[in-house]
Amino acid sequence: MHDLLAQQIAPDLDVAGWASGVVDWLLANFAFIFGPLRTIVSALVGWVETLLVGPPVVVILLAFTALAFFAAGWAFALFTLAAFLLVDAMGHFEATMVSLALVLVAALLAVAIGIPLGILAARNNTASSVIKPLMDFMQTMPAFVYLLLAVIFFRIGVVPGVIASLVFSMPPAVRLTELGIRYVDREVVEAAEAFGATPRTVLTGVQLPLALPSIMAGVNQVIMLALSMVVIAGLAGAGGLGGIIVEGVQRLRVGLGFEGGLAVVILAIFLDRVTAGFGSGDAGVRRSA
Amino acid sequence: MASHVRAEGLTKVFGDAHKKALEAQRSGRGAAWIQEQLGQTLAVDDVSFEVEEGELFVIMGLSGSGKSTVIRMLNRLVEPSAGEVWIGDERVGALDKRGLRELRQRRMSMVFQHFALFPHRTVVENAAFGLKVQGVELDERRERAEEALETVGLAGWSEHYPSELSGGMQQRVGLARGLATQADILLMDEPFSALDPLIRREMQGLLAELQSELQRTIVFITHDLNEAMLLGDRICVLRQGRVVQIGTGAQIIASPASDYVAEFVADVDRSRVLTADIAMREPRRVFAPTASPQEVLDWLAGQEANGVYVVGDDGRVLGVARDDHLARGLAEGAREIGDLLTEDYANVPPDTLLADLSELAARNSVPIAVTDDTGKLLGVVPRARLLASLAGADLSTGPEAAGQGPNGADRGRQESADA
Repeated sequence: MHDLLAQQIAPDLDVAGWASGVVDWLLANFAFIFGPLRTIVSALVGWVETLLVGPPVVVILLAFTALAFFAAGWAFALFTLAAFLLVDAMGHFEATMVSLALVLVAALLAVAIGIPLGILAARNNTASSVIKPLMDFMQTMPAFVYLLLAVIFFRIGVVPGVIASLVFSMPPAVRLTELGIRYVDREVVEAAEAFGATPRTVLTGVQLPLALPSIMAGVNQVIMLALSMVVIAGLAGAGGLGGIIVEGVQRLRVGLGFEGGLAVVILAIFLDRVTAGFGSGDAGVRRSA
Repeated sequence: MASHVRAEGLTKVFGDAHKKALEAQRSGRGAAWIQEQLGQTLAVDDVSFEVEEGELFVIMGLSGSGKSTVIRMLNRLVEPSAGEVWIGDERVGALDKRGLRELRQRRMSMVFQHFALFPHRTVVENAAFGLKVQGVELDERRERAEEALETVGLAGWSEHYPSELSGGMQQRVGLARGLATQADILLMDEPFSALDPLIRREMQGLLAELQSELQRTIVFITHDLNEAMLLGDRICVLRQGRVVQIGTGAQIIASPASDYVAEFVADVDRSRVLTADIAMREPRRVFAPTASPQEVLDWLAGQEANGVYVVGDDGRVLGVARDDHLARGLAEGAREIGDLLTEDYANVPPDTLLADLSELAARNSVPIAVTDDTGKLLGVVPRARLLASLAGADLSTGPEAAGQGPNGADRGRQESADA
């Protein structure tokens, strides 16, 4: 009886075999893409990293504080200053900047791909019905699987971390762009059309500006998701805070792990408040007038 | 450029099986059958009308009557499933995308129910939108937009954002946006429905004032019959996507084409819509000034009336022969009534509202005279007839139907295609 319950009733399907077959095929036939892509992403991260690590800590610290002030006021600016001083005091400032560079590059790429996809989905129902399940798939597939794939395609280092973060964090950019555009008041869009505006003017002059708060909420989500991948990317040798935490876990150094975690939390709060501040305020709507 | 608008057999099916629904429609099936059997919504069913240049044409119907779809088919915001729209000699359906944009930019502008302003642009940028799309230079379009804003009474609000304005002011911006392009045709989709009653009346006044000056060709949608009566040169009543009646407000009220229209117009303040020429009839008899007092007195006695109009050869009213004057004149030996006339009567032009007749009718003993510019007698409005008109009695079948006035016979009813 017990055996019967445990018995497999569907015939064997070698999904694992197909998946690795596809991967092998991609590796064999698209190596010409993966190579240059690796170089480009790696260069991008390197460039942003230099920007963040190169200048004296004081300069970066002041820049962050100013950014925090403009986005969310003086109270948050004070918090930012104190929090990043703490990070520096723990000796993880450089690692934090390395992680930030990775997050920024991943988020930038995710937004650069995600927003156009969202626009496409908003304007075309067929595209929308294809893109939606794809986004669901991307978001629910465990992040480790991406990392595994990314490592196979791009080898160990910072690049697989960026690529895995990119894939994992893109869906909100697509979704909230589509949603934002679709929820622009129909009559307002009609008004633009009724005065003879081209589809392009309707998009850039009306739909995108009015969808901006929604799009910015998407950008905020993208950044937060990308940040959550940083630790996992550490497993692939991406360095930064991920590297510190992975080291803490592997060597059971609880204190080190906690320090790394604390730095991630500080970075998260900082990024969240700054992007949310720029996204939801009057600044977004008024500026494009 | 001719700017009259003609809709021919406009039909719109919402659903995925247009052809079947259109076939059914052509074979005489109604919207209900098509909805039930085919699952297609026949929103607009064979609607035809013609709007003259400079006319304010109202399309009136309740929600679901298809009126918003009709107006959107005029500028193809909604593509007609069948039928044609003509602007002058231009067939709108034949325009390609560029031609259609050109038409929308230069010939037709639109005002929306919920204003549809761009919340991220200032008032003046909103008003200038149509000009910007046309490619007019910044300075010029600002100037023209400011002018349009001034026309609608919004001078000085240019740099505000729509959200800082009240509803009525927002719709003024919408109106300015529509006027700024100087398009000769203005489509107005329930422009005042979302406003408070007081503001609505104010805006109706503004539109009436502007229209008397600008003489644009306007297609105006509303569900409010009083608004339709107030503003419309002519009114087209829609029901379930079909035209029920087209005519002036007075025509529609005086002779509704169906029970539906009759029910619809039941609540209208008839005294503010109906005019003297609707209520008047031909006088039973008029006398020449040469008639003898005795003859007139005899006739008056038979009619149980106190007086009668005396008309010259040219048809102009000379005065009223009143029984007391006649009797006195007769005693004094007068031979012709011409010397015994009084000015004791009221005369009004044919387009006088019944509301303005009531008081006159109460004051005078003879029926009110309706005269044209030259003083020629067109008809008379006896008190009983005035009251009957106000009460909504059907004048055309009543006992007094015989003399319904010189041009009263073909009033109202369905409009012919060449109107």
